[in-house]
Amino acid sequence: MTTLPQNTKKRLGLAIDLDTCVGCHACVISCKEWNTSNYGAPLSDVDAYGAAPDGTFLNRVHTFEVKADGSNAQTVHFPKSCLHCEDAPCVTVCPTGASYKRTEDGIVLVNEADCMGCGLCAWACPYGARELDKVEGVMKKCTLCVDRIYNENIPEEDRVPSCVRTCPAGARHFGDFADPESNVSKLSAERGGLVLMEAQGTKPVNRYLPPRPKADVSGDAQIDMPNPFLTPATTKPEGFLGWLDSALEKI
Amino acid sequence: MHPAPSVIIFTSLSGIGFGLMAWLGFGFPPATGMTAFIFFFIAYALAVGGLIASTFHLGNPKNAIKAFSQWRSSWLSREGIMAIVSLFVMAVYAIGLIFLEQRWQIFGWAGAIFSLVTIYTTSMIYGQMKTVPRWSMGLTPALFLLYALAGGALLAGQVFPAALLLTVLTVVQYVSWQIGDTRFEQSRHTIETATGLGSLGKVRLLESPHSSPNYLMKEMVYIVGRKHAQKLRIIAIVLLGIVPAVILLFVPFSHMFAGVAVLSHMIGLFISRWLFFAEAEHVVGLYYDKR
Ligand code: SF4
Ligand code: SF4
Ligand code: SF4
Repeated sequence: MTTLPQNTKKRLGLAIDLDTCVGCHACVISCKEWNTSNYGAPLSDVDAYGAAPDGTFLNRVHTFEVKADGSNAQTVHFPKSCLHCEDAPCVTVCPTGASYKRTEDGIVLVNEADCMGCGLCAWACPYGARELDKVEGVMKKCTLCVDRIYNENIPEEDRVPSCVRTCPAGARHFGDFADPESNVSKLSAERGGLVLMEAQGTKPVNRYLPPRPKADVSGDAQIDMPNPFLTPATTKPEGFLGWLDSALEKI
Repeated sequence: MHPAPSVIIFTSLSGIGFGLMAWLGFGFPPATGMTAFIFFFIAYALAVGGLIASTFHLGNPKNAIKAFSQWRSSWLSREGIMAIVSLFVMAVYAIGLIFLEQRWQIFGWAGAIFSLVTIYTTSMIYGQMKTVPRWSMGLTPALFLLYALAGGALLAGQVFPAALLLTVLTVVQYVSWQIGDTRFEQSRHTIETATGLGSLGKVRLLESPHSSPNYLMKEMVYIVGRKHAQKLRIIAIVLLGIVPAVILLFVPFSHMFAGVAVLSHMIGLFISRWLFFAEAEHVVGLYYDKR
């Protein structure tokens, strides 16, 4: 059913920290690994070792440079997966009923048994979160690892999305945005979580935590770039060695 | 957006086919028997041919039948249903005219109105896309309806209505291009709003997330071929509107010149539909620092 639920009990999603993401693409790989072998059809790769490799991924990491006038440029790694929008246009455009938003937790999914691969939902998504699989001909998107988060066959600490579990920098946080006391709601409130392309009216659930302000080191000639925050170690030896040192200096 | 031949053929042929059907349904020309057969044959061939072409871009066509289920929310689903309804209602009218010399006008009117609604639903598949600012404006459905009515009048041999509609179409197409050119700027989507990083400064893409183009870039960040857009616009507008209108108004009627007018219009229609896709910029391009 491609009409959207009025509201969902939970609003599960991710808070992605643009300050700590190091751009290692580990989440991209772990997402691909988990999702190619679990929910739905595998995520194909075409010409993987050739001149023009092309594959399906549910999560991608862009790297941007941000520069304000008169200050240094800053690199921001930017992981992007489905934002599980409240007003998901990808769901309402779907003619077959394959795309839907779950009432219980707000996760947006594709039922591949119904999808005809028309690609209209990918057109409707402003964020590029949907990719049509070349081999299977059906639409693939982030499932918020629905087959992990409720999965009682795996250890409790693994019941979070694969990308969250994998991130070595702890940049991806999973939780319920409908609960103001949840980790993600608090993080987003504390750090001023960003909404992407608000003017599209999609009301994304995921939030992006903006990079923290950087220390301005541009004007300070004294600063030791490799070790800016360490005080220089004492170099004056004491005792016998001190005497030897000064004696030798005099020669 | 990627100008896939299947969608260009689909929107062009179905549009003009249902446009012709609308004229026939309203009783223009009031043909019966063999003449009616030829007119309806052309209309069905175009409309159905276009619909069949549209299935060629499906990744998983075995589920196409399910596309009739989501009319509550989906314009594509509505389009499928309206197309089938129009074709059936019109078939009843056509059978009366061709085989029984009977004019069941109620079916004609109903079929004509359903045909126009079908064209409107087609246009809304594109017109609803907020992600493509050039498409998401009221002129999109107006343009599709005008194309269908003008092309339909031309095929139905309605000389003066066709000349008039072709002239109006030419003007509206020109205006749509002019306004369309400003839509992306007006939508105020930039790489800064896409990333949310505008408060920190100017944003540019430093490194692409993947080393070769993916589905998104092939499908939605189509920028090659826009180079000749201005020239193609001029060619399109001359062929689709000006040449046929001049032939209709100033050249004494002959089947050969009517054929030339139709051919010219069809070529212009295909070029303008190619531009409709190729020139459309999707906001996802912002994440790739491309439009
Ligand atoms: S991010 Fe895109 S695919 Fe995900 S819910 Fe929003 S519109 Fe749909
Ligand atoms: S590609 Fe599949 S999920 Fe997407 S709109 Fe078409 S049928 Fe629905
Ligand atoms: S939640 Fe799961 S499917 Fe979504 S990006 Fe993370 S690993 Fe991939």
